[in-house]
Amino acid sequence: MSRYSPRARLTNSSTTSTVANWFGNQFVDVPPLSSYESIATATGTGSSTTISFSSIPSGFKHLQIRGIGRSDGVSTSLTKLLLRFNSDSGTNYSWHYLLGDGGTASALGGASATSIELREGLIRASMLANTMSAYLVDILDAFSSSKNKTVRAFTGIEENDTNTASRITITSGLWMNTNAITSIDLVSFSGNLSTSTTFALYGIKEA
Amino acid sequence: MAAGATYEPIATTTLSGASTWTFSSIPGTYTDLIAIVVVTSTTGNSFHWRFNGDTGNSYSYTVLEGNGSAASSARSSSDTNINIYSGVGTANPSMFRTHIMSYAGSTNKTVLSEAANDKNGSGIVNRLVGLWRNTSAITSITGTTFAGTLTGTATLYGIKAA
Repeated sequence: MSRYSPRARLTNSSTTSTVANWFGNQFVDVPPLSSYESIATATGTGSSTTISFSSIPSGFKHLQIRGIGRSDGVSTSLTKLLLRFNSDSGTNYSWHYLLGDGGTASALGGASATSIELREGLIRASMLANTMSAYLVDILDAFSSSKNKTVRAFTGIEENDTNTASRITITSGLWMNTNAITSIDLVSFSGNLSTSTTFALYGIKEA
Repeated sequence: MAAGATYEPIATTTLSGASTWTFSSIPGTYTDLIAIVVVTSTTGNSFHWRFNGDTGNSYSYTVLEGNGSAASSARSSSDTNINIYSGVGTANPSMFRTHIMSYAGSTNKTVLSEAANDKNGSGIVNRLVGLWRNTSAITSITGTTFAGTLTGTATLYGIKAA
């Protein structure tokens, strides 16, 4: 399909139209389209707690992980998804989050941790069927050799109040290491990552 | 590494006094969708999303918001839509970005949404997770106001994974 071919039909209450060329219409916070590239996609096996991206190419400025996840752990309570870089499991991470559970907003943090924790961020097998946690994780200046690495994450679980476990969370994380990131591990704290779990890694270039 | 663009505009529409708009015939060739809406409202009311024309009680959402003085959270279950849960500016545009994750997959559909609605002394910033309890691929997305009409733009992007 040509990039300039209409891909979807648009209707609104006052007009019905098919738009053929809208490439000049860029919005704030949307990267130039050619600067955002897919690097790799990984899926859960159902027999491992971990999904890894390795040998990450360095031709980008920032990285983004997008995905959906579910633990096969048998429980009606949430677990957490952990982030580690370059196989570092030392106490070189910190994190804090702001969380909404549908009733209250709360905040929590951790220092000198062994991972960046996406707390209450992974739905488990005994909870609402066919329902996934969702993740948007940005790793800023991921290939710098002089800066520690800062992460921001936007995660959510919505399960129609089946187990009073719906959560919306924004998290900031830090890896206290100035090395360029070459690998990323996403680890379920409890239970294996289900076969419906999928994470995609993207790279964002600079000019 | 994947060749070519992975973040592509699918469609855009200009809203001019619109109370509802639809992206239809969405191809299943992407991994995620992103809808960006930048609008003003005649009444300041919120709008909502529905998928594939489903008006049943198949939706739920949980929101975290700040209003300039406090943070709070709210939710709705077995709803008939995903309420974007923010007012819309009447003088200055508000911005909404909704990520529709794995929209063509075989699981229920989870969305992550962001709202920015600043009115120079009042307003809302929020993050929201929504669920459509349906395992069908999403082929159409409809936005509808709760009251009044919207003016601005709505654009749908597709993101491909390797």
